Amino acid sequence: MSTTTAHRTGGVTESKLMSGAQILLECLVRENVDCIFGYPGGVTLPLYDAFYDHPIRHVLVRHEQNAAFAASGYARSTGKVGVCCATSGPGATNLVTGLVDSLMDSIPVVAITGQVSTKLIGSDAFQEADTFGITRSCTKHNFLVKNIADLPQVMHEAFYLASTGRPGPVLVDVTKDVLQAQAHYTPVSSIHLPGYKVFTEGHTGQIRRAAQMIWEAKRPFVYAGGGIIAADASEELREFVELVDAPAVTTLMGLGALPAAHPNYISMPGMHGSYAANMGMSGADLLIALGVRFDDRVTGRLAAFAPHAKVIHVDIDPAEIGKNRAADLPIVGDVKRVLEKLNKVVQELAPQGRELNATARADWWRQIRDWKSEHPLTPEVSTSEIKPQHVMREIDRLSGGRAIVTSDVGQHQMWAAQFIRFDSPRLWLNSGGLGSMGFGLPAAIGAQFARPDKLVFSIVGDGGFQMSIPELATIANHGLPIKIVVVNNGYLGMVRQWQELFYNNRLSQVEIAGFPDAEKLAGAYGFKGRTIEDVHQLASALEEAVHEPGPYLLNVRVSPTENVYPMVPAGGAINEMVLGAPQPVGA
Amino acid sequence: MLQLISLLVENKPGALMRITGLLSARGYNIESLTVARTLDATLSRMTIVVDIEPHLRSQVIKQMNKLVNVLQASDLTDSPAVKREMALLRVRAPLASRTAILKESEIFGARVVDSSTEGFALEVTGDSEKLDEFLDVMRSYGEIEVTRSGALAISLEAKKLRLAPPVPRNAAVEETDEKLDHTLGKTH
Repeated sequence: MSTTTAHRTGGVTESKLMSGAQILLECLVRENVDCIFGYPGGVTLPLYDAFYDHPIRHVLVRHEQNAAFAASGYARSTGKVGVCCATSGPGATNLVTGLVDSLMDSIPVVAITGQVSTKLIGSDAFQEADTFGITRSCTKHNFLVKNIADLPQVMHEAFYLASTGRPGPVLVDVTKDVLQAQAHYTPVSSIHLPGYKVFTEGHTGQIRRAAQMIWEAKRPFVYAGGGIIAADASEELREFVELVDAPAVTTLMGLGALPAAHPNYISMPGMHGSYAANMGMSGADLLIALGVRFDDRVTGRLAAFAPHAKVIHVDIDPAEIGKNRAADLPIVGDVKRVLEKLNKVVQELAPQGRELNATARADWWRQIRDWKSEHPLTPEVSTSEIKPQHVMREIDRLSGGRAIVTSDVGQHQMWAAQFIRFDSPRLWLNSGGLGSMGFGLPAAIGAQFARPDKLVFSIVGDGGFQMSIPELATIANHGLPIKIVVVNNGYLGMVRQWQELFYNNRLSQVEIAGFPDAEKLAGAYGFKGRTIEDVHQLASALEEAVHEPGPYLLNVRVSPTENVYPMVPAGGAINEMVLGAPQPVGA
Repeated sequence: MLQLISLLVENKPGALMRITGLLSARGYNIESLTVARTLDATLSRMTIVVDIEPHLRSQVIKQMNKLVNVLQASDLTDSPAVKREMALLRVRAPLASRTAILKESEIFGARVVDSSTEGFALEVTGDSEKLDEFLDVMRSYGEIEVTRSGALAISLEAKKLRLAPPVPRNAAVEETDEKLDHTLGKTH
């Protein structure tokens, strides 16, 4: 077919008569999209007809929510825009959770939804929903396309918006008549969004002042987050941390931004952060906040957060500056560009700077090391049962800092974040801001398609796993060698932990009995699975899973009432941690 | 305290929803909102009066400026600006009070836009307090029906409008085919 050839060569360079659906796919090709996650339906029939012989790979998921999560997993593991697609009405509404997840974590995703024909809009037509209205607050921006002439422009605007500035999800809602219509397609040469201002460079004067503050500080502390990963600024961060020789933490969204093995690295801070990380934050006289948003799970009680610290806050989004914590020195810009410049000035001022507070800084490091050794973050291990932390230690051993690990949401997510180490960014994929259960499995699908070379672990709880069980079919269809590890305690563990600690252990609706037989479940989909509860089998079972060329479902029965520690109770200051379960008297 | 926000926005479907959505998501009630095209028909000027907690004001303005359709959002509450509102009212007036109504209207600079045996339709502009007073006075003459425009405001200082320039979109065309083949491991 001539049109197919045109697509394959990415090749429409002059005006050519094409359908809206073909134009849409042509735009995807021009945006270097190689893979899209979706689910067809009535109004997207013309689009799926165009997919039929188009080289872009379409991955059929089993629920639209998982298309959005898979696109997010694809984007998180590569930095490229993830693309998902759904039909009108229920298809579009099912995307919503995944879109908000990407919005909260600043993940570049483009969602394409079908809409009923223009003449039917507003008539309560079959599978009609106000997708444009519903997703307004779920996206960075969204579009409704009612005219085929607007389609190419809108598609490229969507990718530009999703991937630049502070990344985020963008939705394009396309009516069926636009998909069906024919138009002369001409490639888009430029886009103009006059109201979309991206601040990248960072104010030179502010950067110089920042460098001075950094050398003047006696107890500097680096607080780096997901912005470092979004900006691809890991290398600059490492250089900065080494130049300044400051202790550094990375947030849940920033794990891997600095190699876990780096001598200056402490751990994740916050509600379930380490003692040293939270004490460090609390004791610092200068907080260098890089691509972070002072989330309540990091700061605890805001009024008591880092009470002695001046704050340098670098962020690409001006609205983040001063949102939760006032910045003494704000720098609006791309953290990569800002760090490049900052490193130069810091280096320039280093000869005098290093002398300035040399003794105080040595004391600061001594203090940090003391905190680390007083209460190190070490996984619980038992010889009689499988501790969930032990599972993480074994996965960490098999990963060696290099595997992609997706997690769901809850206790296992915190244990994974505490005990699995990452050497580089884009390996740790989790639903940080929205905390949406059901994320882990579909995100692993997206990541494995994006990085077929990588070992991918999907660590899920027995609760979240059952929210995305249908995707086992997608995994089986494509033989994706994902290692699914169910950390199975028979409870919705994090909710149970809070009921135990704050609601007099009145366990309400947290027991989830009836988990299916993993071997039979996986077997029903045609791949291997197994349940273990003997701690002596843990290491070998995980090794078996990793050595299996295909998918593997490992259901690990862990000690049922283990709690995540350290823990900062809600509303507490982060230096008021509960370090562990109360010890029995006389123990 | 009420906050007065002036916005220059793209004249596009959904632009208004994005701005009001930002306010309603935070539970703020809009006291008044006016919007109309500017000299450039692709743009609209919007004036919003809304009650926002003082410590969140700059955050809300920043969030508005982040909206793709918003070219500029500024807080005119405490900056030099002219604020005006218009009201249209119908007052039922028996013959006996007609002259007095006309006198009062003159004092407030209101204009008669319709006159009938039933009474008058009047038009008045001014700041909100002046309009409140005029409506109080008119109410003393009889039953009135009112529609108010909500505040319009213009800053007395020229604000520099920073706009993003057009961006070239050079999609890689030539390499795409090979890239796709490579990624897909397919042979065509």
